[in-house]
Amino acid sequence: MDKLKKLTTCRLFWPLVCLFLVLLFNFIKSPSFFKISVNNGVLYGYLVDIFNRSSELIILAVGMTLCVASSAGTDISVGATMALAGGVSVYLLGTGNTYNMPWILAILAGLLVSIVCGMWNGFLVAKMKIQPMVATLILFTAGRGMAQLITGGNILYIKVPNFKYLGGFLPHIPVPTPILVAIIVVVLVSLFLNRTATKLYVESVGINPKASRLFGLNSNRIIWLTYAACGLCAGIAGMIATSRISSIDANNVGNLMELDAILAVALGGNSLAGGKFSLGGSVIGAITIQALSTTLYALKVTGDQLPLYKAIVVIIIVTLQSPEFKKFMNRYKAKRAAKAAGEKVAS
Amino acid sequence: MIEKIKSKLRGNGFLLFVTIVLFFILYIAGAIAYGDRNFTSPQVFLNLFISNAGLIIAAVGMTFVLITGGIDISIGSVIGVVCMMLAWMMEIKHMSAGLAIVLVLAFGIIFGLVQGFLVAYLKIQPFIVTLGGMFFARGLTAVISSDMISIKNETFLNLANNKIYLSFITYYNNRGIAMHPYIYLSVVIALLVVAIAFALLKFTKFGRAVFAVGGNEQSALLMGLNPRTTKLKVYVLNGFLASLAGFAFCLNSCGGFVEQARGFEMDAIAAAVIGGTLLTGGVGTVIGSLFGSLIKGIIETIITFQGTLSSWWTRIAIAALLCFFVILQSVFKSIREKRLAQSED
Repeated sequence: MDKLKKLTTCRLFWPLVCLFLVLLFNFIKSPSFFKISVNNGVLYGYLVDIFNRSSELIILAVGMTLCVASSAGTDISVGATMALAGGVSVYLLGTGNTYNMPWILAILAGLLVSIVCGMWNGFLVAKMKIQPMVATLILFTAGRGMAQLITGGNILYIKVPNFKYLGGFLPHIPVPTPILVAIIVVVLVSLFLNRTATKLYVESVGINPKASRLFGLNSNRIIWLTYAACGLCAGIAGMIATSRISSIDANNVGNLMELDAILAVALGGNSLAGGKFSLGGSVIGAITIQALSTTLYALKVTGDQLPLYKAIVVIIIVTLQSPEFKKFMNRYKAKRAAKAAGEKVAS
Repeated sequence: MIEKIKSKLRGNGFLLFVTIVLFFILYIAGAIAYGDRNFTSPQVFLNLFISNAGLIIAAVGMTFVLITGGIDISIGSVIGVVCMMLAWMMEIKHMSAGLAIVLVLAFGIIFGLVQGFLVAYLKIQPFIVTLGGMFFARGLTAVISSDMISIKNETFLNLANNKIYLSFITYYNNRGIAMHPYIYLSVVIALLVVAIAFALLKFTKFGRAVFAVGGNEQSALLMGLNPRTTKLKVYVLNGFLASLAGFAFCLNSCGGFVEQARGFEMDAIAAAVIGGTLLTGGVGTVIGSLFGSLIKGIIETIITFQGTLSSWWTRIAIAALLCFFVILQSVFKSIREKRLAQSED
């Protein structure tokens, strides 16, 4: 019993239970759900598809977790940053039969733009002390407009086939590239956080920036850096999303992704009020969201009806996770126990 | 007198002052640049209200929520679902216009009640709750109908197209004919909402409780206020205003479709922030939000008159203004903190 209690109080317990429930539902519905086969030298199956589709969200959620942890605020501009970074790279590569410049340079330029976006947000939040949501609202409003200016309001297509590598498959590798990129990002970030004192720094700044300042940490710089990192993550996600469809549609790339990313952080059991965080939780949250979407699509729910069911599940999950609800349930249990004890005494 | 004005202009009053001045600067700039094309006609001015009636109502509701330190990102979707419900009830179910309007307003109140309960009593972050609300309402819109429904109900169209002429203003158009400018029902509703909300915040116990809860929840509790019920009331009010904004919006669009009013919540937040409301809570005015909405309107009007700029320039201009205002707010805050620190020494 004690062991069970220890397990349920573990940070990752509830997020994992949610994911497990979604997967279990799928397994009952169609037992072939967990089957993974190899077709034409690449992996194939529902699970691979879920992982593949959720990789952008995982990458975004990693950046978002850092922002939320350090500044107790959310970066709502990541979707716009994705569009901007993708737009810059595609614009630089050009729509001809060959690239206008080396592929890697264009990608780096796009990532640079996304880092600059993140730094701008970080500057407003850390230096100017603007509430994160308002600060990022600026880029949220302007970002897509700027991307439209770059693309001239058109959808630009890339004709060179190897542009698709990043969002599709590398030759002779059976695993979709987005999954590999997501794994690399998660592993690198978590190694960096845990092997150095960075995670501790970010958490302490999130819990109390003033106390951390007095303790000798440069709180402003840490917050600024987390936003820059979040921008970079958005840029990487933007590259994958652009490469997937080999084109840039500034209106729709990463549309509403910022909300899904924030949701992933919250579903992962992280508090949006900053402080302690778990990167693994956010990753699980992101996969849960994508698994949920895939499940609903399999149930013949259309894309525009999807949010309704997503909302219901999300509200149930966050209600179950809320401390007030847990308190209420504990009180109810205690009352029932007292009543049972009373009846025993009476008889 | 001068002392009184001075004390009003200090601090947050100054931000409101800047917003109002900026609105008139933009208006005068437009008048100078496009005066020859009737920019100065009273009708163009009133069109600002006509095309932004929904935004004004929504921004007023948003102001209440922001003052308590919360946020509501569901209102764009609520407006979308309200338009769709109105169209569906009147066109597919053939209900009377009055019944449909009462039902959608009730829907807004219930929607606000649920969100308010989750925020105030279960203490879930408002962002997440209203994010859920946003998805829910948008999905519901698609469940009702994924095709566009346009409204042909006569009573409703009469309401929508009923021009209310302001006969006390007379102006002459290009051909020298005397004209009276007109407004629609939606403008009357919007201005009434602003007036009532202003009085509610300024002169009632509830208004003071809203500011107190937003300023510091702990002290509000110690003062004997109930932060939970205050917050619940604010979310219910906001839900009601969101559905009312949806009704005003529908009077303009006369139809419902899935993507309607997407991103509207951010416009409302931007309007409130430009009007001097702080997202940290405790500070904000309804009049500021009114002018914030009008500033968005005037930028759109100028870009329309200019003719060659594409519509996304509106977004970029609003973002630039937003940037200007938040930096101004932050500068003011740091000056005040310095002054406080000095007076403490």
